[in-house]
Parts: sequence; structure tokens; C-alpha cells
Amino acid sequence: MKKIVSLPVRGVLPEEAEVLQAQGIPAAEKPDDRIIGLLDDAFTLFEQLARPVAIMAEISTLEFEKIYAGEGRNEPVTPVAEIYPQAECLALFAVTIGHDVETKISELFQTREFALGSLLDAVASAAADRAAADIEYRFLENLVKRQQTMTTMAASRFSPGYCGWHISGQKRLFAYLQPEEIGITLRSSFLMEPLKSVSGVLLAGAPGLFVIADSYPFCAACQDHSCQTRMPTRLSI
Amino acid sequence: MGILEQISASLQKGNDTHVAELTRRAIEKKLPPKQILDDGLIGGMAVIGERFKAHEIFLPQVLLAARAMYAGMDLLKPLMIRENIPTSGKVVIGSVQGDLHDIGKNLVAIMLKGAGFEVIDLGSDVTPEQFVSAAEKEEAGAIGLSALLTTTMPVMKQVIDLLRERRLLSKIKVIIGGAPVTQKFADQIGADAYAFDGVSAVERVKALIGRE
Repeated sequence: MKKIVSLPVRGVLPEEAEVLQAQGIPAAEKPDDRIIGLLDDAFTLFEQLARPVAIMAEISTLEFEKIYAGEGRNEPVTPVAEIYPQAECLALFAVTIGHDVETKISELFQTREFALGSLLDAVASAAADRAAADIEYRFLENLVKRQQTMTTMAASRFSPGYCGWHISGQKRLFAYLQPEEIGITLRSSFLMEPLKSVSGVLLAGAPGLFVIADSYPFCAACQDHSCQTRMPTRLSI
Repeated sequence: MGILEQISASLQKGNDTHVAELTRRAIEKKLPPKQILDDGLIGGMAVIGERFKAHEIFLPQVLLAARAMYAGMDLLKPLMIRENIPTSGKVVIGSVQGDLHDIGKNLVAIMLKGAGFEVIDLGSDVTPEQFVSAAEKEEAGAIGLSALLTTTMPVMKQVIDLLRERRLLSKIKVIIGGAPVTQKFADQIGADAYAFDGVSAVERVKALIGRE
């Protein structure tokens, strides 16, 4: 069943350090007061303008098989392909923080408030990822409540465009989930609008399922490797 | 400290009000606009670029300095146009067709302007035809292409192919960048340069088309 969830803005706010790091400022560095003031302004603007919302729908393994196959452009071996047949539960999801923040970022660049615009952009990017993490947690929490067989479950999320799942996979994902209902549209290049949106599949199962090797052929070209630090969400009954 | 050094120092602090005021005073003192630009504004931005590369300052400070640079440039630009003073060069820039991400492209444009280049920013979702036509019409020395999606990276090659087709490859240099873009990809498609960030983009463009 498809579900639309409005997320509280404060629930998706990133840590200051996360935003500063996205601006190249290391955690050990103490930014000057002016930067801190701009960062505060960026957070205030984000709280005023962001409208985080998500859509999600549980899906069977068989249905996901068709969606994952996409346009036939995935890498031959991928973490998603290895995990999903063994997952206890699967759901498609899409989250966005809305159009208004992006409009404001553009305005700030046009009025030469470059630093504030760049900080707001970093806040919004991190918040979109937090919104996706929030949905992952809610998905698992709901499963654990109704789960009878397993004492501990874990969940993780994967998106088209990453880890060998070709970005053209967005086409079938959108056809099934219809995130247009929460204002997310897909362009012919498979880019989502608003840009600060995340879509993908949530997979839940035994915690051991989500140990991902960093040695797939496509890992060499990856500049992220966050799969190694982003632990799957775990919950116990 | 001379007035040009003061302009440079204020710019490095990101103090746009001071930079505007000092630039106004320098103009009133009849200092040549080109000297104010080169030794005050561009000089200050060059220091900012070096400090950024050395990790002494970070992106927000660079952007505050850029805003201060613009405050000075607003006063100098009419004089430079009137006196027909050439810029460091002209660059057409944009995010390629299918791509709406423009923060990285905006940062590169800001840094290029800070280095004295004239930047024609075509925005995002720009077709190869739009890039090439604009570069030809504006007599630009370079085209800067940005892509944040692997699916839009092939458009970069289409721009180069179109330049080749119109026999413009020797006249117009191509520099590419964006999160999934690499030097290897630049070599594969025949781009003249790859830039990792705004500061390196300025260095590459200077090397390709910069006028002293």
C-alpha cells in the first residue's frame, strides 16, 4: 500500500559539522564568527522554507525484479541484485525537501549572496539524505512491530545511479511509485526535480545481509565509498 | 599601505563595503582602471586562490571575497568598457543538456570572474548547439561544461564533436568538470582540460586562453 508521509523539518536538520564538511571545512577547524553567522542564517532559511515529504510503497520481490531490471543497463553484479532476493521486505520510496529551498538558493546566487547560497545548498543536500534515512527508520520500525520470526532486523536503502544500479532505473521506479503525487518529477535524463530529492528501494532483512564489499568493478570509479561507513539501520524486537 | 594593497586586503577579508569605497577612491585618484583591477581586485583574489589551495581558508571565505570583488568590479566595469580595456579572456559556461545542477558551475563562474575573465553563463540544461553558437557569437576563447550525472556526460562529447564539425576546435578550448567527471574522461572525449574545482578551473583557463 502506498503511503505519503510529511516529515517534520527539525527531524531532517543535519549537524552543523556535516554542513561545514560539505563546504570543505574539516571537523577540527573552528570557522570564524562570520561563517558561523551565515551558517545560522542558512539553517533559519531552511527551517522556514523546507517542506520534507516522502512517498513509499511496499513491493514484492517479483515486482521489484522488473523494476530493478530497468532499461537493461545495470552492472552485471551489484549489491542490490545480491541482497534483494534474500530480503524479508522491500519498499520503493522517494523523498524531497520541496521546491522553495531551491528557489531561494538561486535567488541568493543572483543577489550575490554566494556564501549563504552555498551553505543553504549544503544544508538542503544533507537534509534530503536525512529525510531518506528517516524513511528507512520508519520502514524498519513498522516491520519490526509486525515481525514475528526475527529478533533483530536491519534495513538499508539503494538508489538508481549508485552501486551499479543504472540511473535509468528511475523510469520504472517512477512508473510504479508515482512520486509526482508529492511534487517530484523525472526528466528525460532521469534527473529528479526538485533536485534535493532522493529515491530508491528500501531492503530489510537479517543484519548480515548488508555487509557490502567495496570491491565491485564499479567501486574503483566511485568517489564516495559511503557504503563502508553508512551502517544499515538496525532494530530489535 | 597603498590604496591598491588596501583593496586587496579588504577583498581578502570579504569586506565588500570597504572594497567598493576604496575602489571609488582609487578611481577618484585617477589610478588606471586596469591597474586597480589587476593589482587590487585580481591580486586579492589570487591570494584567496592560493590560500584556498593551501587549505588555509575554505569555500565560504572564497565566496565572501568574490562578492567583495564584484563590488569593486561594478565600479570599474563602465570605465573598462569606455576605455576599451580587454578582459583576461571570454568564457562561455553552462551545465549540459539534461542537467539542472548548477551550484558547481556557478562557483566556477564566480571564480573566473574573480580572475578577470568575462563569463557568459548560459545556465543549466544547455544544448550543444547553444554552447557552440554562443561561443562563436561572443568570440569566446573557451567553453566550460559542467555535468553532475553520468547520463549527461556524453553531451560534453557532443559539444566537442560539434566544434570539430564547425572547424572551431582550434579556436575554442573546452574545459570540463563535475562530480562524475575525471581527467581520464576528459582525455577520452578530447577536452582540452579537466578542472576539479573553481580554483583549478581558473588555473586551467588561464593556461589555455589567459591574456597577461
